[in-house]
Amino acid sequence: MADPAIELINIDKSFGAVRANKSINLRVDKGTIHGIVGENGAGKSTLMSIIYGFYQADAGEIRVGGRKVSISDPNVAISSGIGMVHQHFMLVDNFTVIENVMLGAEQSPLLAAGIQRVRDELKRLEREHNLEVDPDAVVEELPVGLQQRVEILKALYRGADILILDEPTGVLTPAEADHLFEVLKQLRAEGKTIILITHKLREIMAITDAVSVMRRGEIVATVKTAETNAGALAELMVGRRVLLHVDKGPAEPGAVKLKVEHLSVRDARRVKMVDDVSFEVRAGEIVGIAGVAGNGQSELLEALSGIRRAEAGSVRLLDREIDPIKGADPGALRAMGLAHVPEDRHHMGLVLPFSESENAILGYHRDADLGRGVFLDPAAVRRRAAREIEDFDIRPPDCRLKTSNFSGGNQQKIVLAREMERDPEVLLIGQPTRGVDVGAIEFIHRRIVAMRDAGKAILLVSVELDEIRSLSDRILVMFAGRIVGERGPETSENELGLLMAGVTSQEAAE
Amino acid sequence: MSRPYVKLPAWIEYGLIPIANVAVAFIVAGLVVLLVGESPVEAAKLMLYGAFGYGGGIAFTLYYTTNFILTGLSVAVAFHGGLFNIGSEGQAYIGGLGCALVALNLDTVLPWWVNFPLAVIASFVFGAAWAFIPGWLQARRGSHVVITTIMFNFIASALMVYLLVGMLKPMGSMAPETRTFQAGGQLPKLDWLFTLFGSSLGGAPLNVSFFLALLAAFLVWVLIWRTRLGYEIRTLGFSPSAARYAGMSQTKVVVITMMISGGLAGLMALNPVMGDQARVQIDFPAGAGFVGIAVALMGRGHPAGIIPAALLFGMLYQGGAELAFDMPNISRDMIVIIQGLVILFAGAMENMLRPGIGAAFQFVRFRPSKDVQAEEPR
Ligand SMILES: Nc1ncnc2c1ncn2[C@@H]1O[C@H](COP(=O)(O)OP(=O)(O)OP(=O)(O)O)[C@@H](O)[C@H]1O
Ligand SMILES: [Mg+2]
Repeated sequence: MADPAIELINIDKSFGAVRANKSINLRVDKGTIHGIVGENGAGKSTLMSIIYGFYQADAGEIRVGGRKVSISDPNVAISSGIGMVHQHFMLVDNFTVIENVMLGAEQSPLLAAGIQRVRDELKRLEREHNLEVDPDAVVEELPVGLQQRVEILKALYRGADILILDEPTGVLTPAEADHLFEVLKQLRAEGKTIILITHKLREIMAITDAVSVMRRGEIVATVKTAETNAGALAELMVGRRVLLHVDKGPAEPGAVKLKVEHLSVRDARRVKMVDDVSFEVRAGEIVGIAGVAGNGQSELLEALSGIRRAEAGSVRLLDREIDPIKGADPGALRAMGLAHVPEDRHHMGLVLPFSESENAILGYHRDADLGRGVFLDPAAVRRRAAREIEDFDIRPPDCRLKTSNFSGGNQQKIVLAREMERDPEVLLIGQPTRGVDVGAIEFIHRRIVAMRDAGKAILLVSVELDEIRSLSDRILVMFAGRIVGERGPETSENELGLLMAGVTSQEAAE
Repeated sequence: MSRPYVKLPAWIEYGLIPIANVAVAFIVAGLVVLLVGESPVEAAKLMLYGAFGYGGGIAFTLYYTTNFILTGLSVAVAFHGGLFNIGSEGQAYIGGLGCALVALNLDTVLPWWVNFPLAVIASFVFGAAWAFIPGWLQARRGSHVVITTIMFNFIASALMVYLLVGMLKPMGSMAPETRTFQAGGQLPKLDWLFTLFGSSLGGAPLNVSFFLALLAAFLVWVLIWRTRLGYEIRTLGFSPSAARYAGMSQTKVVVITMMISGGLAGLMALNPVMGDQARVQIDFPAGAGFVGIAVALMGRGHPAGIIPAALLFGMLYQGGAELAFDMPNISRDMIVIIQGLVILFAGAMENMLRPGIGAAFQFVRFRPSKDVQAEEPR
């Protein structure tokens, strides 16, 4: 048996009444990729935060390379050879790549000497690990995939032997994810140890050597990847059988609820992100927009929901003309029956310092039943929040808890619950299952299909091709701001992938 | 990537830590007193006695407290909306014009209890109007309120000098101030309250605007935590993009928030103008607007914190004045140093003691923890 790179013995951690980790025992062998899966709120991020020194365990022991260490803060973790790539990046946006890598590891009061050293070292790391990135690029101008690469470089620069990645592929395009896995495999070949948290069982099956399943704070199983399969893992996670595909009947499209004609949108830098787009969504159908992230889907959703002004075009919502150029008021659109699950829950969908109940009314805070006149009634707000928590099984079921203290997947459910509970006529929905566990994905997909069957019009944007293909009744492919093709749900992944990459319709069909 | 602070129970967070901060400030201040050759213990005694030792002292302390509650609320409201209003000083100054408008015109016509509410409205409106321009510039033009409100303090000051040596000055007077208001323009003092306790005001100017300040504190709490507008203000303060998503008009919320903030500052004018001097004088806010920034920070933007913080600064003002009077080596400037130290330790460096106290708390309290919560790593 290989040597353990890291061992956790009887780790316990509670937050108030919530026991996030219960006597966790975990052993990760050197030079392997170890996957960790589990439901939202199972305690995965908490466990990794303990390894990385963000939190202290209430009890238990951590051994790195056979030696007991007490990781009191991230600096100790780094000097023990542990590196972490967080679910939400920890980069300084307006610093260059070099500056980010150096941050906290400057080594001398004058920067110039350090910069040269970092530059040389980065060159070497890039060459060895196939991790190219322009060292002088400003981080905020890099696509997410590259930003993540900077995080990895940062960890390697600090001499990490054990690399922890918390849901690294949630924000990546399929191609970026593939590249990441190549990098991880190469790191493994060099003897590094990798702990990978993900909700995508496909990724677990594709790349890990062993996998541990967490449920309600406990590790319920650790198995060799070769000896299991996705269905079995899902069952272990949720404790019941999970449908990994969507169960839905044929669509019965009705009247047109949303009609978009010749819509064009520019972003803040005046780049044309949506270019002369026309389509319609009917009652009782799900229209999916497939596309690599950054091809205008976000801007399209924002223009339709009134957050962003369009440059040209017209939009009809439920037989009413709305003016996308002057910019419709998102509040008025909501009142008309439009709901919007934004792609970016942290910047738009939620106010993280608010309590859960305060987020449960974001955008609906003017509803008549939430108070009288200018006043908000806290009891009424909590009642609504409690209903949504119950309906969407948000955990922990405490509407007074600060939103940032919910696990990633449960935060997503807070947004979904808020937008879907209002029973809108038209639902715009961006990345509905980003960071959500398989059990919850099944649940969310079922809710979306149920809304369709109830005669609602749904526009779905997702970078997950699987999701698009299994939910949509019609698929529009977006590339460089244009709709480059319309396909049925039975279209092969390959063909859609080619369309998304900008290959013309005819070529793709061949 | 520092370690997140441990979330502490409320009594430590809102009780022990602020008190410890203030204690450190006073210890350092004590060293300064020692340096100029006076006894810190003696000085502390004099200061406390001056502020709380007798009826008149208490009344003076509360008089200053009134000013600081109102300016503290003014800064806090803007702060909740993510706006740093440095202009409470100028807004209070202009608020004085509102008072003057009512008092000069109606003081011989109507009784004080009619003029008081009118003056409340007028000073609020004038303060709000003065804050409207920076608010509008911020919302529509992106001009930062920190810069514009500072500039507006200077403009307010110049404008008031111009008016007070010109239009507002009675004929034949040499002093740059308005005429003295008659009985209808003077707010009643709170003698009755003090005689109730067998004490006396001793000539201190404490007046009914004290109750106005307490009422304002309550209303600000209602506004921020119990109204739809307050919800919008807080959303905007935390996340402008979420506010946009939720359909809140950034322009509207910014402008309204600034106007409420300015109006609260404007109310402060009632206390010195109609409550004390019965006229508008040059520079009557005397820095209260700036103290309001410290008060709002110390009070964490919550009325329940702003009132005690304002009381602390009221005590420093009144006790400090007595101290400067009684101890020859301690000048007024020394008092300003002490105030500065309090602001430094309780405002700017308020996180200095927290890690230590947090660690001590964990050490005493634990293992395994039941109540300890921590912030999620960001
Ligand atoms: N700082 C905190 N205060 C209170 N509760 C917390 C805190 N951090 C986490 N929790 C709770 O601990 C539990 C575990 O959360 P954790 O973030 O580890 O879940 P996770 O497995 O990473 O979930 P996800 O897949 O959704 O990211 C959750 O119930 C969460 O609400
Ligand atoms: Mg997590």
